[in-house]
Amino acid sequence: MARYVAGRVVQAVVVLWAAFTLTFAILYLLPSDPMELQLAAAGVQPDSLTPDQLAAMKHRFGLDQSMWAQYWQHLTGVLHGDFGTSLSQQVPVSDLITERIDGTLLLSVTAAVLSLIAGSALAYLATFARWNPLRVFLTRLPALGASFPQFFVALFLIQFFSFQLGWFPATGTEGARSLVMPVVTISVLASSVLAQVLVKSFDETLRQPYIATARAKGLSRSAVHLRHAFRNAALPAMTILGVLVGLTVTSSIVVETVFTREGVGKLAQEAVLSQDVPVVLAVVTVAAAMFVLVNLIVDLLYPLLDPRISHTRGRVRPAPEVVTST
Amino acid sequence: MTLVDIKGLDVGYVRHRRVRPAVAGLDLTVEAGEVVAIVGESGSGKTTTANAIIGLLPPNGRITAGSAVVDGVETAGASERTLRRLRGSVVGLIPQDPMVGLNPTQRVGHQIAEAVRLRGITGAAVPAEVLRFLEQAGVPDPELRARQYPHELSGGLRQRALIAIALAGRPKLIIADEPTSALDVTVQKRILDHLGGLVREQGISLVIITHDLAVAADRADRIVVMRDGRLVEQGDPATIVSAPRESYTRRLTAATPRLAPRFDVRDQAVPEPILTLTEVSKTFAGNDLRRGARGFNALDKVSVTVPRGRTHALVGESGCGKTTTLRIALGLETATSGSVVLDGDEIVGRSWNQLRPLRRKAQLVHQDPFATLDPKFTVGQSITEPLVSFRIGNRRSRQERARELLDQVQLPTSYLDRLPTELSGGQRQRVAIARALALRPDLIMLDEPVSALDVLVQEQILQLLTDLQAALGLSYLFVSHDLAVVAEVAHTVSVMSHGKVVEHGPVAEVFTSPRSPWTRELIDAIPGRRVVDAA
Amino acid sequence: MTTAVADLVTEAPLPAEEAGGRRANLIANLVQLARKPVFLLSVLYVLFVVVSAFWPRLFTSQDPYETNPAAVAQAPSAAHLFGTDIYGRDLWSRVLHGSPLTIKATLIALAIALVAGLGLGIVSGFFGGLVDAVLMRGIDVLLAIPGLLLALSIVTALGYGTVPVAVAVGVAIVPGFARTTRAEVLRVKTLPYVEAARAGGASWTRVLLRHILPNSWGPVAVLAVLDAGVAIIAIASLSFLGFGAAPPEAEWGTLIADGRNYLVTSWWLSLLPGLFVALLVLGLNHISKTLQELTR
Repeated sequence: MARYVAGRVVQAVVVLWAAFTLTFAILYLLPSDPMELQLAAAGVQPDSLTPDQLAAMKHRFGLDQSMWAQYWQHLTGVLHGDFGTSLSQQVPVSDLITERIDGTLLLSVTAAVLSLIAGSALAYLATFARWNPLRVFLTRLPALGASFPQFFVALFLIQFFSFQLGWFPATGTEGARSLVMPVVTISVLASSVLAQVLVKSFDETLRQPYIATARAKGLSRSAVHLRHAFRNAALPAMTILGVLVGLTVTSSIVVETVFTREGVGKLAQEAVLSQDVPVVLAVVTVAAAMFVLVNLIVDLLYPLLDPRISHTRGRVRPAPEVVTST
Repeated sequence: MTLVDIKGLDVGYVRHRRVRPAVAGLDLTVEAGEVVAIVGESGSGKTTTANAIIGLLPPNGRITAGSAVVDGVETAGASERTLRRLRGSVVGLIPQDPMVGLNPTQRVGHQIAEAVRLRGITGAAVPAEVLRFLEQAGVPDPELRARQYPHELSGGLRQRALIAIALAGRPKLIIADEPTSALDVTVQKRILDHLGGLVREQGISLVIITHDLAVAADRADRIVVMRDGRLVEQGDPATIVSAPRESYTRRLTAATPRLAPRFDVRDQAVPEPILTLTEVSKTFAGNDLRRGARGFNALDKVSVTVPRGRTHALVGESGCGKTTTLRIALGLETATSGSVVLDGDEIVGRSWNQLRPLRRKAQLVHQDPFATLDPKFTVGQSITEPLVSFRIGNRRSRQERARELLDQVQLPTSYLDRLPTELSGGQRQRVAIARALALRPDLIMLDEPVSALDVLVQEQILQLLTDLQAALGLSYLFVSHDLAVVAEVAHTVSVMSHGKVVEHGPVAEVFTSPRSPWTRELIDAIPGRRVVDAA
Repeated sequence: MTTAVADLVTEAPLPAEEAGGRRANLIANLVQLARKPVFLLSVLYVLFVVVSAFWPRLFTSQDPYETNPAAVAQAPSAAHLFGTDIYGRDLWSRVLHGSPLTIKATLIALAIALVAGLGLGIVSGFFGGLVDAVLMRGIDVLLAIPGLLLALSIVTALGYGTVPVAVAVGVAIVPGFARTTRAEVLRVKTLPYVEAARAGGASWTRVLLRHILPNSWGPVAVLAVLDAGVAIIAIASLSFLGFGAAPPEAEWGTLIADGRNYLVTSWWLSLLPGLFVALLVLGLNHISKTLQELTR
């Protein structure tokens, strides 16, 4: 078991390092000069600066060093929590992020929890509703929720609940009431994605012969569903928890922009607009770290929940497609 | 007392808004304490009947007419609540495949305890009951097994755990759905014997659903033969086997393979070998991802000889290494050590390209007729593919050859444009044989070619293989778990167990006077004593 | 021929005289699809949008850039299906003229995802072993960066515009394609008919082209239709965030973003183009789902 844990942790660290390196490569190696991008975004013509001024600016941001040196500097910096200096705001990137991460975490975590509850409930009802038309409707609902672009959902909510009914503020970061519509916007998509996966998993589980065995014992419908179907169906669906968290984090970009909330998502949008490369790198790295962390937790918890793995050593959790093929 | 009374029962399945009948006008009774076997081929409606009795029809299944009274309760059109009261406490079910019949994330004891609790037993009495039923089902060391998860148990033990679940509801009737199809014959026999003893002891009625007339004849008080959803004939085993009234039953009886060797080559000279395996060993590396779980499936100095123009069979239980031997002989798997000589050429150590010319001498027919043909290829394309691969002939001559091959396997030439989905299992297997014949090989390796087929089709395919051998002078290496099938086609046989050949020789000798205890156990486990005795 | 007839009797497959083969199969499938009204509606709508992307003038006669001070911010009417914007430009015509940009971007994104994803998936699944392990770890790394953020990094590096956005979205959906393709190739590779073809002397190239690819294609095609919807949402989101084509050209996302400042007074400026996009994605999702049920 110790080997399993150690292996998973090492793998997570390697993936995170590779994700950082890949993002660095995209941002720094593609044929573009961060300095020029920066100047262009600020509306300054590079020609208007003397070569000395340009060199001095490049030196300030460490852009005159070799690519390897820059990479090494960034990597060691990140390990110490230092993401460099923002090109557009001239302050440490880590400060920008720590100032805003609380708001985004609150938004993402609330949305993730709500999506988990709503998605599971929807999937459960869609599978086990007795009245056929209701079941058909509930099964179709997730596809509907996943089809609407988030900005559309957000604008619709604003139009209806802020402007028509005046229940919630259309913008802002203050108070719990300002959190409601952003959370709902994210949850519409995230819970739909989760529900789609769960419904499929339930469907497959209910076709398994051991469900027939359980029914043949004379167990009630709900006992069969709760004791035999739910756990076996939820296990493979756990593997998308990481995706779910990734979804809520990326959703914060659009949602924070629409609702004008201060947060890492809006910071990312502004950073891309002003082509502030260090900030983009930092946001991507933090998001990847959250994704990898959630996946690591799922990986470590999985054996505790699935006896087939904890009781046979050395096996990795099955990918969802493996489970569906049986 | 009549426990089950079915009258004029019609059951159908709704597909694309149309009801396709599965059972039509069925009349059937089961008396208390009686053992009834329902025998039929796939699609005969036998499993549908069983599901209707226990109220477990799939969501699209409908009882469209008739009545099915179980223990005095009408089940046709009954509510889920009524049906639930019958399940477990009146009717117990032993499902078809023990490997998937248990909830993989619950301990075995827990799953039995559920059934015990439904009888109103609570508290400390439950574990004791669980152990009692495990013991009754013949599970050794029940305390340990109750704490284990299904994947820690062998197939036979899982089947016994399922029997314990069925017993735990103290039912008046147990339905065993194809209890013999997923396990090795020797395990099957022990479990069926045990189950038979239990129900007689406790006065429980038993309905055995089976495709195997021999299994039915060995254990039932009464046999019900079904076909296309209708009851063909019923009666006591002796009558059904020796004096059937209906021609269908007669054909079924005749097609049931019995352990009567067809060829006796004891006094004949042995022809030149076409294939010789000498001391072939195979070890799967422990960390081989694909084979890790089957690491035991190794071969230990296996020697096998296939004489030219004859059929040599490899028999044994699953996991004994017979399929691995065949794959090594065909060069699909590499041997760790030993030699394989095909028609004078050593194949061990040859690369795929070096092996390629030898492909024209030896071909393969797989077990599963539903996966052996590419669903996107027409019959004609499948058959001519080896010719295309070897660049033999042109389009027209290949087409000509395809017609000839279809004729040889007795399929109409209009089938050239058919897709596999439009063929039955037996027809697909014929196409697979035609494809194997395309290159005019000397040797065909057959991997359980008939085990997925119904008994009547099985008989036809075996006959076809024998005819082809006589006409074309083919040699066969025939892998099977079924000794009765082997007796029908093979001249010589090697019996394998745990990766070793434990006995070999002419079928007529090995099957009549086996020397190895393994062989004897295999032969004893074959059902159909009563069939053979009656014939 | 007697035994063959016996086969027919006991197993009752398709009667010998009935038409069979590929064409009959195709026709049967089409007939089944034609019986589904929602599916037909989805196909028609998707077709309409695609056609409008290439020939927007077929469906509107008005100039998308022509301002009209006399008809500013008018609500939807027969003359202006989607109403007019604050400069009096016809919104319906602006949406239709926005189609070419978004549809082009979607097609580029899908092409990238298909070529790279199929390539990686086939190589990985087909060769297995070390190649597979290395490629799949690479895919894991790509998956560790949430899709929209990966796209944002690429947009940061490449600059704004339709093509960079398309490339960014395409790269972001590559991993899904690669995984699905690999899983399918792995599944088909172990099937008996592949082994039978090999035993019949077929080369790996032939096996790959004639057996593995045609039989792996189904789920990948279903995913492609589904991902077309995902790509449209992602492209619209990126242009909504301000990274799309420069004005006065307007992608759907840009139109919606522009309209949101007037949500209180002129709700249609944002919500109608949004609905137009949502319906397209919904249609693609439904087509994908129907095809999936059909292939099962």
